[in-house]
Amino acid sequence: MSIRQPYVRSMDGWWKRNAYYIRYMAREITAVFVAAYALVLLDGVVRLGQGEAAFNGWLQALKTPLSLAFHLVVLATFVYHTWSWFSIMPITMPIMFVGGKRVQPGTITGTGLVAAVITCVAVFFVVEGISS
Amino acid sequence: MADTEKIIEIEVLRYRPEQDKEPVLQTYKVPFIEDTSVLQGLQYIKDYLDGTLSFRWSCRMAICGSCGMMIDGKPKLSCKTFLRDYYPGKLRIEALAHFPVERDLMVTVKDYVKRLEGLKPYLIPKEARTLEAGEYLQTPQQRDRYMQFSACINCMLCYAACPQYGMNLKFIGSGHMAILDRYNADSRDGGRDERMGPVNEEDGVWGCTAIGYCSVVCPKQVDPAHAINMYKIESTMDYFTRFVTSGEADK
Repeated sequence: MSIRQPYVRSMDGWWKRNAYYIRYMAREITAVFVAAYALVLLDGVVRLGQGEAAFNGWLQALKTPLSLAFHLVVLATFVYHTWSWFSIMPITMPIMFVGGKRVQPGTITGTGLVAAVITCVAVFFVVEGISS
Repeated sequence: MADTEKIIEIEVLRYRPEQDKEPVLQTYKVPFIEDTSVLQGLQYIKDYLDGTLSFRWSCRMAICGSCGMMIDGKPKLSCKTFLRDYYPGKLRIEALAHFPVERDLMVTVKDYVKRLEGLKPYLIPKEARTLEAGEYLQTPQQRDRYMQFSACINCMLCYAACPQYGMNLKFIGSGHMAILDRYNADSRDGGRDERMGPVNEEDGVWGCTAIGYCSVVCPKQVDPAHAINMYKIESTMDYFTRFVTSGEADK
């Protein structure tokens, strides 16, 4: 009779076992903040549909100290979300060759981050131009 | 070198199914010098302290992929890890995470090997060739497309690094996807459609959530996380192309 009895170890609390897993969970949880902010913007669209007074009320609500604190937290998570997103971009893209040479992971991440910064600045100035 | 010999404490998580209900820690004091690997430390234990300790090893030079284990909680090849890096503290050694423990530091690899066989990890020639046709050539760039994935030594560290595999032992995992792409991406190969079935299945590539730790622990810089994530695009293409090819992609 075989004495084999393979032992399967528990996975409870797996994400606390390694700093890498904790960073992964932090990356994933930033998506919740992205979704939360999408709801804030969606609320703005709904208020716009309800008329000028409702929309102005939404604008005023955004200026409260609680809302400003929320925006700061969301901004911080968005920066981390953007950085972590482009950090894993090299592993999510097909292997690319330019001029016969393999495009390096650092180039892909760097290009993504630069594109994100340029887009943010461009959107800022466009919105600034429209509102002034 | 005897004058520089030091003593380090090694904790080993032991599991002997005939006497242990669950794994238990056992501590050994092991002498070492500057270039003593963790594997050599284990061999010292087996030769001089406790002959009942079980572990796998073969080449001692990071080629065979046999001696993977958890060293202070991280998946590493014990032949490529040195005791000096843990001194003056102690180190803890366990069997590779996630796999069922067979005995002491040895894990069950049956499912891993069986799944690998199902992926047809060999060249399926795109066109029938005769010996008279000579070598089946490819350009250096065509070779570069799969070169990194051909470096996989099946050490399974990437599986020990993957919590998704720990939570679902049927998950295809990134290491197998690296091996699969090594053949699919070969310009001489024509077996892609035969290999895509397991990739598209429930336990296929979509179980990966891009944690990426598999690529960090890979001792051969294979970057298996890249392989499995590339195949999410391939799998998506397969899904949608069947609508325009009358189910051709399903075959």
